[in-house]
This record gives sequence, structure tokens and C-alpha cells, in this order.
Amino acid sequence: MHSGAASSRSLTWAVAGFVLLYAVLVALPHLISFSQKEILVFLMINVLLVVSYRLLTLTGEWSLGHVVIMGVGAYGSALYSKAVGIPVPLAMLLGACTAAAVAFVLSFPLFRMKGFYFLIGSFAAGEIIRLLWKRFREPFGGPKGLKLLPSFPDVQIGELTIAFFDPVTYYYLCLVVVSLSLLILYRLERSRVGLTFHAVHWQDRLAEAVGVNTWRYRTLAFVVASFFAGLAGALLAHYLTTINPNQFDVEQMVFVLIWVIVGGTATFYGPILGVVALTIVNEVVLRQMGVDQARPLIYGTILIATMLFLPSGLESLVPKLRTLFVRNTQKSTSAEARPGAELRTD
Amino acid sequence: MVELILQTVVNAVYAASFMALIAVGLVLIFGVMGVINFAHGELYMLGAYTVVYLYADNELPFYLAVVVSLILLGLLGAVMERGLFRPMRGNPLGGLIVSIGLLLILQALVTMGFGVRMEHVPSPYQVPIALFGLESVSIPAQRLILIVAAVVLLGGLWIFLRRTRLGWAMRACAQDPEAAALQGISINQTARLAMCIGAALAGVAGALTAPLVRTFPYMGHSVIVAAFIVIIVGGIGSLEGAIIAAILYAFVHTFVTTFVDGVIADIVGLVLMMLVLVIRPTGLFGTKERA
Repeated sequence: MHSGAASSRSLTWAVAGFVLLYAVLVALPHLISFSQKEILVFLMINVLLVVSYRLLTLTGEWSLGHVVIMGVGAYGSALYSKAVGIPVPLAMLLGACTAAAVAFVLSFPLFRMKGFYFLIGSFAAGEIIRLLWKRFREPFGGPKGLKLLPSFPDVQIGELTIAFFDPVTYYYLCLVVVSLSLLILYRLERSRVGLTFHAVHWQDRLAEAVGVNTWRYRTLAFVVASFFAGLAGALLAHYLTTINPNQFDVEQMVFVLIWVIVGGTATFYGPILGVVALTIVNEVVLRQMGVDQARPLIYGTILIATMLFLPSGLESLVPKLRTLFVRNTQKSTSAEARPGAELRTD
Repeated sequence: MVELILQTVVNAVYAASFMALIAVGLVLIFGVMGVINFAHGELYMLGAYTVVYLYADNELPFYLAVVVSLILLGLLGAVMERGLFRPMRGNPLGGLIVSIGLLLILQALVTMGFGVRMEHVPSPYQVPIALFGLESVSIPAQRLILIVAAVVLLGGLWIFLRRTRLGWAMRACAQDPEAAALQGISINQTARLAMCIGAALAGVAGALTAPLVRTFPYMGHSVIVAAFIVIIVGGIGSLEGAIIAAILYAFVHTFVTTFVDGVIADIVGLVLMMLVLVIRPTGLFGTKERA
């Protein structure tokens, strides 16, 4: 009885929290300047990118090719819509499927490697793909990439026409797509499959001994993560309407790594925390200060400081804050926290 | 045609010496500390910028600038060991991540100090030296100096590792840190020394090539990619493997660049690395023994 009342109360709180969160997210673009609206679109896309990256890290592998996989989605969607003439929404989905298919093919060589070797192997695979875009002007456009991509079509609902060249409406589109994607990823992690991902990471020998095909689960995580990274890439491509190989280089990958590490990977919200916090630092603080050249300096310092002093990321502060503020509801379940979640491979 | 091939061989020998200097340092650091130093390309870049500052901007003698970059980078290596890699000991991926952080910091500092644009470093030893008695096959003296420096430095390192007590201690640490510690070898000291030597080698490579390559803050990127290919192909803990793989990679890359094109050469290098990772992850020459 007691615990039932507590859980229904915490459910109410959760629902109230989500309603509040989405109210803020819907109102947000009307409260900020034009350039900040653009950044909000990128932030939404990056949230999907880091959460999909976390799915991959669930099985214990850290890839350096995730941004290139995102690029596969972007290039795929761009080519399907521009060269083939498929409607943009469908092309986006096909782009994401292409990213997943490329990941599936890559999984054969890559999952013969583990840990550090996987890291370097994924980097090599990504660079090969990126250099192919650079080398072949047909169909990838060479170093200058693809330009004048079709943008997302207007939507007609009765009298109302919604045009998506405006950052605010595109932001709402991203909000819907990213929310749905996050919901799917969240449900996946909480399912039996998701639990197996954890088992593959922390007890791979034991998992194999009880009959789990670890190779298959690693591949599944990689393919699903790549699908959503590709979707993020497609969203980016049709917002910018231009893409080139340098947008998906290792420097971008380093930023993804920083977001994920600063946020932490033990919880679903960790990477989101990281990307939101660092985007705010980047856009609000650094842009106001006008220290453009010092940006990598600050990012590098934040990364090193996190590794040395906060190895479990920003997310590890959340339970501490929670116990600080709500001492009386300490019985509330904190099932999300997973032990020993700091970045390490042995 | 024969002359073009001979000239390409000469260029490949130069590229191999350069790659060996970079890759051996990287392998030494990995062997002793178990950390892949992603910022190794930036150590090379700092070596080049020492020459830009002392020789090109302040007109000090070239050889002095090279010696200063050797010492400076050696010291920086010691600082990196103490400040970054020691707290991350036992966590190889963590070591790699902090070195990525350092990479960003070093690039930003150089950009703030010198600007993003390319630096022009006049070559002090431009005279081309004709080889094989042929007019059209030649090597600039500047490149020859790097080849000689690589042979001398790497030969010296080999003698140091095989013939001195400190060198033995370093190899012992690479094989089994705990057993080495039980014999009274200081792991911290050995790691610091390895970091010093590795960083100094990268610094010298940067200093000697500063007049030959495009010197700019992001010059380390292409070098680190090539160095990764070399150490993976050679077997990640093997010094001899790194040297042989450097020669192999330099020849393949130089010949493909000359006869096909540069991007294809990069792709071939990466495919070579993928093949080694898939077929023989210990590398062509990797054994249980490291360094």
C-alpha cells in the first residue's frame, strides 16, 4: 500500500514534469533571438545524435565513426530526394535506413574487434567513407559536397499552410521526430533486448555462457544507433540544404565524444544533459564573450577536467542534488543508476 | 620512367624516416604506459612551431631551434605524463580521451599565438643533391638531414633499450609493470622517460620538416592518421614492427600518390589498416612482448 501510493505520487510528478518540459520546449523558440533559433534546431538534432550514440555505448563499444554514419543518412537522404526525386519525408527515412544498412555491412569487420581496436577500426571505416565522398564528384559532389537540396515540403492542414524553411517550424518538426525517436530508444533500452545490451557489456562471457549471441546484440545496437544517427543527419541535410564531407569529420566526432562524456552514459538523460549544458556554455557564454579562437581551448579543458574530477559526468550530480532537496522521498526508486558507469574498457 | 621510379623511391625513403620518428614515439608511449596518445600529431606541430618562432621569426640558427624543440617537447612530455596520463593509469580509453582534450588545447593555443594561416619557413639547406649520377633524381639536403637524423636517433634509442640498465628497466616495465616494480624499478620514472623520448622524437620530426611541409595549427591531423595506420599494421607494441610498417606504408602511400592520386593513397592506407585489424589484430610483427 505504502509503496503503491509513493509510486503513483512519483508517476504524477513525472507526468507533471513532462508537461512542464514540453510547455517550455514549445514556448522556447518564441523567447529567443533568430540566431538562437537556428542553434535550437541544431541542438535538437544533436540530442538525437548523442542519445543514439549512447545506445551503441550500452554494449561497451565506443565508436569514432558515428558522425560519418550520420553523414551517410544526410548524403543518402540528399541523393534520394535530389537525384532520384523521392519526396523529402520518405527520403529522410530511406537515408536513415541506408545508414543502418551501411552499419550492418560494417559490423562484419568491426565486431571482430573490441575496445581500443574497435575505436580505431570504426575511425578507419568512417574515414574511408568520408574520403569516398571527397574523391567521387559523381554522385557525392566531391569536396564541395551537395548543394541546393530540396527542403521539407509545406504541409497543408485545411486552410493552414505550414512552411518549413522557417527555423521555428523546422524546430517543431525536429521536436516531434526527435521525441518519437527518443521514446523508441527509451522503450528499447527498457525492454528485454535493452537488458541484454547491458549484459553484453558488463558480463559478456556469462551472457555467452547462458546462450546469448553477443555478436548479434552488438550488431543490433550498432544498426539501431546508426539508423537514428542517419535520421539526425537527414534532418540536418534538409535544414541546411547543403552538405559537404568536412561537416562529418573527426573534429565533429570529438565534439560528440565531449558531449557524451561530460554528460555521462549511465543514464538515458546523461548525454542530453551534456549536449544541452555545453551548447548553452558555447552559445550563450562564449559567444557573448567573443572568444571564438579560444573555444577549443575551453572545450579541451572541460573534457580533461571531467575525466579527472567528474569521471561519471554531469548525470552523477543529479542523484546528489535529488537527495539534497528531497530528503523525505528518499524511498523513490533510482533504478536508472548503474554501478561503475564511468568510461573505461578493460 | 626509370628516373621517376627512382625519384619516387627516394621520396618514399624520406617519408619512411619521417613516419618512423613519429610512430616509434607513439609505440614507446603505448608500450610503457598502455595509452594511445592522440595528441602526438600536435607534439609534432609544436616542434614545427618552435622552428617557426626561433628560426623564421627570430633568426636564430636552424640547428639551435631544432635542439630547443627537442628539449622543450621532452619537457612537455614529462608534464603530460604527470598531469594527464598518470591519473588515468589502468584506464586506456580514459588516457586516449584526455589526450584528445590536450589536442584541442594545443591547437587553440597555437592558433591564438600565431594565427590559423600557414607559416612560411625558408629552408636553410636547399641545395638539391643529385643521386645515382642522374640529373633528374635528386634530394634536397633538408630531406637528407631528416633521414640521417632518423637513423641516428632511432639507432641510439635501440642501443639505449638493449644495452643500458635504464633501457632494460623500460622494457621490463612494458612487459610486466608489477614484476618490474617488485624488482625496484620505478614505474612513474620509466613512464616519464618514455613520454619524454616519445614527445622529443615527435618534436624533432616537426622541427626538421617545418621548412618542407605546410606549417599550420592543424598539421598534426594527417600525421596522426598515418601514424595510427603504421602502428596498427606494425603491431601496436612493437618498435621494430613500427619501423618496418613505416617503411611499408611510406612506399605504398608515396607510390600510389605519384601514380594514382593522393586521396586514393589515403584510402589504400586505411584499407590496409582495416585488413590488418580484421585478419591479424596483433599486427604484422606484434608479439606478446611490447616495446
